[in-house]
Amino acid sequence: MVSTLDQIFVLLKHWLVGLLPSVLQPAAGVLLSVVAIVCVFPALFALTVLLERKGLGRMQNRLGPNRVGPFGILQPIADAIKSLTKEDIVPLRADALIHFLAPLVLVVAVFLEFAVVPMGRNMVLVDMDASLLFFFSIGASTELSVFMAGWSSRNKYSLMGAMRAVAQMISYEVPLLMSSVAVVMITGSLSLVKIVEAQNQYTYGLPHWNIFTPWGCAGFVMFAIAATAETNRSPFDLPEGESELVAGYFTEYSGFKFALFFLGEYLGMFSISGLGTALFLGGWSAPFSFLWWVPSWIWFFGKVMLSICVLIWVRGTLPRLRQDQLMNFAWKFVLPMTLLNLVDVALWRFLGEGWLRWVVCSAVMLVAYVAAALTGLRRDHIGPRSYRYAE
Amino acid sequence: MNLVFYVLAGLTVLGGLAAVLLKNTVHCALALTVAFAGLALLFLELDAQFAGFAQILVYIGAVAILVVFAILLTRGSETPEDGVFSHTWLAGLAVAAAVFAVLGWAVIQSAPALTHESAAPVVTVNQIGNALLGRYVLPLEIVALLLTAALVGAVIVAMHEKEETK
Repeated sequence: MVSTLDQIFVLLKHWLVGLLPSVLQPAAGVLLSVVAIVCVFPALFALTVLLERKGLGRMQNRLGPNRVGPFGILQPIADAIKSLTKEDIVPLRADALIHFLAPLVLVVAVFLEFAVVPMGRNMVLVDMDASLLFFFSIGASTELSVFMAGWSSRNKYSLMGAMRAVAQMISYEVPLLMSSVAVVMITGSLSLVKIVEAQNQYTYGLPHWNIFTPWGCAGFVMFAIAATAETNRSPFDLPEGESELVAGYFTEYSGFKFALFFLGEYLGMFSISGLGTALFLGGWSAPFSFLWWVPSWIWFFGKVMLSICVLIWVRGTLPRLRQDQLMNFAWKFVLPMTLLNLVDVALWRFLGEGWLRWVVCSAVMLVAYVAAALTGLRRDHIGPRSYRYAE
Repeated sequence: MNLVFYVLAGLTVLGGLAAVLLKNTVHCALALTVAFAGLALLFLELDAQFAGFAQILVYIGAVAILVVFAILLTRGSETPEDGVFSHTWLAGLAVAAAVFAVLGWAVIQSAPALTHESAAPVVTVNQIGNALLGRYVLPLEIVALLLTAALVGAVIVAMHEKEETK
């Protein structure tokens, strides 16, 4: 019974595919998984938007949407109908073809990322050897769609937003990769399925998740920072800072194309949360060994939604960074710390089992972060901004 | 040689041609990206996962962005008045044709020299990693040092301006 519930989607798929003639079965299996991904995550997107608007509303001491349906829970449907029926405006001087292609490239690339994220036991679309590499290479190509949107709109705010977005995404991609490499070094595999399976072990009922190691804890914090920046979420939302750039690179988009950008952004959040879950939070494994009977997909989606809630919380709490702070933070703090994390993980790997590696690795991380805090937070570093070109 | 190959080859060639023939420089850069993507898909079609994904990561994620940034930061994407075609395009065409002929000749000549294997060798990413950090660790480190030196050099060149203005 328990294992049936755990594998219910896999069994359902096999049953549905089994109804077809055997020639069509492989294609139908893939198609069914793709349809499931394409349906589940936009539905989750609608839910998350409502959650975010309600949650942010509470944090800002207001009610949030409360007119459509009881407690405003039908708001996503109203939003969808609105964006579908709105006029699609393309600026006269815009580059029509690229303007049209940009949201499509973004959404297609983001959907592709879900292909390798393990969402439960045996629940992954493609279990390939280099799935982590696949994820990052697809993630890198979303930058181009952002540029296409900003450039083709012929609007200076769009272009500035796109330049900021691309610069930010390139800068934070380096620490994102570096913090993930630590996990690869320990697991010895680039396959996300294998990485999750390696964490699905228990000692005294407690899991072997990477976050519960000194390097994993520090690495997860760095990964979370880089992931927030990579998805252009507050406090790293300079590319679409409303007070400076209208809406950044999608200023000139309206109607359903705007909705596609919105969807792409949230799907990016889901996929990067799924990646972080697989790398550091044990993927679909249960947090305690006595909870083994809860289906694996509940754990995966629970962890992803928890990450999303933290992202919403951070958005409601922190003010936006300045461009120079953003770059300094990436190159002078996050990147060196992830490099140190690589050294720490190598120590962890070669000190072998036992208490010694816990002491040594924790000490290295603690000393590094305390030293960084003591030097970085000195008051003489923080002063008025100096302009190089604008004076 | 199947349908997938011809579709991908066509995409790559069309992207390359568009990159040379289009008038707007940003369009050229995007067409070049299409050619890069076609090459990456060709690698993937040959079951070379690492090469394919590295091609996407490096060429689409970094090189294309760099090209686009260089275009935007230097002279803008407006087409110059005297056209984008060089006056010496005939000589350029001759050189390109010569290079293509030599490469094609070399490829055709080397085909019989290869040993005939019944099945394509399976190379996993794991094996590539072990080879890079085992047998080929010295070249890898030299390349890494070179790139770091280039990075530091680029920063120094970029920082030079600040000292002059002060």
